Amino acid sequence: MHESFWQKLLKFYLPLALFILFLLFPFYWMFNTSLKPMKELYNLKLNPFYIHSPTLDNIKTLFFDTIFFRWMYNTFFVAILSTVISLGASLLAAYAIQRLKFKTSGPTGLAIFFGYLIPPTILFIPLATIIFDLRLWDSLWSLVLTYPTFLIPFCTWLLMGYFKSIPKEMEECAMIDGASRLRVFWRIVIPLCLPGIFSAGIFAFTLSWNEFLYALAFISTTESKTVPIGLVTELVRGDVYHWGPLMTGALLASVPVALVYSFFVEHYVAGLTGALKE
Amino acid sequence: MAKVILENISKHFVSKYSTEVVAVRDFSLEIEDKEFVVFVGPSGCGKTTTLRMIAGLEEITEGKIYIGDRLINRIPAKDRDIAMVFQNYALYPHMTVYDNLAFSLEMRKFSKEEINQRVREAADLLEISELLQRKPKQLSGGQRQRVAVGRTIVRKPQVFLFDEPLSNLDAKLRVQMRGELKKLHERLSSTIIYVTHDQVEAMTMGDRIVVMKDGLIQQVGKPLDLYFHPVNKFVAGFIGSPTMNFVEAKLFASNHQLYVEADGMKLIVPVEKARKLQGYVNRQVTLGIRPQDLSKASSPVEGETFKASVEIIEPIGNEIYLDVKAGRDSLIASVDPKTKVNPHEEILLQANLENIHLFEAGSEKALL
Repeated sequence: MHESFWQKLLKFYLPLALFILFLLFPFYWMFNTSLKPMKELYNLKLNPFYIHSPTLDNIKTLFFDTIFFRWMYNTFFVAILSTVISLGASLLAAYAIQRLKFKTSGPTGLAIFFGYLIPPTILFIPLATIIFDLRLWDSLWSLVLTYPTFLIPFCTWLLMGYFKSIPKEMEECAMIDGASRLRVFWRIVIPLCLPGIFSAGIFAFTLSWNEFLYALAFISTTESKTVPIGLVTELVRGDVYHWGPLMTGALLASVPVALVYSFFVEHYVAGLTGALKE
Repeated sequence: MAKVILENISKHFVSKYSTEVVAVRDFSLEIEDKEFVVFVGPSGCGKTTTLRMIAGLEEITEGKIYIGDRLINRIPAKDRDIAMVFQNYALYPHMTVYDNLAFSLEMRKFSKEEINQRVREAADLLEISELLQRKPKQLSGGQRQRVAVGRTIVRKPQVFLFDEPLSNLDAKLRVQMRGELKKLHERLSSTIIYVTHDQVEAMTMGDRIVVMKDGLIQQVGKPLDLYFHPVNKFVAGFIGSPTMNFVEAKLFASNHQLYVEADGMKLIVPVEKARKLQGYVNRQVTLGIRPQDLSKASSPVEGETFKASVEIIEPIGNEIYLDVKAGRDSLIASVDPKTKVNPHEEILLQANLENIHLFEAGSEKALL
């Protein structure tokens, strides 16, 4: 049966429009707030969805009164490094658990999964001691080293499912063809798993980008802060919220993540559904 | 090109529940140079496991395997100088056909020119030259099959291993590829070990067939030897289509004749066969008659014909299969296509007594 335009509108486009509205509203609110002067923000008589006298003051404050760009750089540095470390470790771990079939491969896989279930709110206390002992307190390296504690379990779990979908015969064939285990991994497994690796990477990058608790606990110098911490600690002074610059910062900080997602969205979906089609 | 010798090979697995499973027991076989040997048997009989042990994909629990003069038990798969075609082809989906063919040569560090030349040669031989730049996804089943075969021949290995390579193809293509593989064997004049569960494939392709069941070799022999002289009931039932009819029967002597009698039939055992059965008179046996050895008779002959009622008629074209009932026993007869029969008709069937088989009741061993 062919659906008429109105049926399609009602069943498909209308719900879709509502979803989009719901998802994009925070972005609109951030954008809206970042262009409003302080006076307008606190005036309850004005329509809050409309900017009456737009201003660039908030952006100026963020860029020149704080070291926002330094925070951005810090966040990039930490997110990229911990993503790379986590991906490297997870790829090897997932492959070993899935394919090498050593005696404890099953329990190891399970243990890694349980590791993921331990909340950071509990973990940060012992981790803080370790970081202190390593003399990495207040250094970005403390974050680079602690983020993988929650990134590796998830990435390993995701990649294990992905490796499982690769027919074993393909690897066996490559081995008969003369490739060593490592070469099989590099030439056959990795190329076939690219979608999975992409999704694991995107996931790891986003999580490290947004991470709040460890960054708050381990970093105290302004120069070493990441964006989420920098904004909250430097733009909320006492009980005064500098909403304008705060929202500008939040908007700018969400841009890289949004970009990463929109570029790799196809791979991301393919990776999560784990399908390797023949 | 080389001989392959398997000496008392066994394979034990430890299953999920820590019980030991024996997949292959005491498998001994000498495969001649340039021979085409087929391992055949129902699924789970250990044929693929044996092949994988030769390939180096499974560890050998007991026994020795030689390729040429080399003991290969401890040699890794890549150094065994073998090539294998897998059931699902295992083509590398992210590489072009050319790269698929070139992969093994690349791994062995052949020069670019040599690789190119060998890939072109193989592609010509298999008529896939126009497909070299395509990805496996863009190929049909038959073409993938060719690429999988091509991948093995570029290396010119000593032994080719095929693991049910035709089972993913449709019936028509399977027959065609069967012929092509056979031709290929002649051209390459190499040793081939081929695993299949399809007895027709085994019969048509193999120089020699190894019939397996439950990890044990049942019989090794040329196709027609297996057909005419099966050593036990299992081989007799496995080889040949439609399968041999088995009837519980008894041997008895009367008037210097040996008879085999079942519920609905009484047949004379020919004299030269009867000589071998001296010790079995008055004992329970299984009578085996191939459907092709039954035909419709017009008049009764004592000890050769028996009555049967037709249940189902299956015209195949070059023959007609009749599902009949003789006494309590159900039989299939493959008769001439011009035979006139009606469903539920009572007919007379004549057995070709020269070709009957008898098996010991308990051990199921052939008595003739």
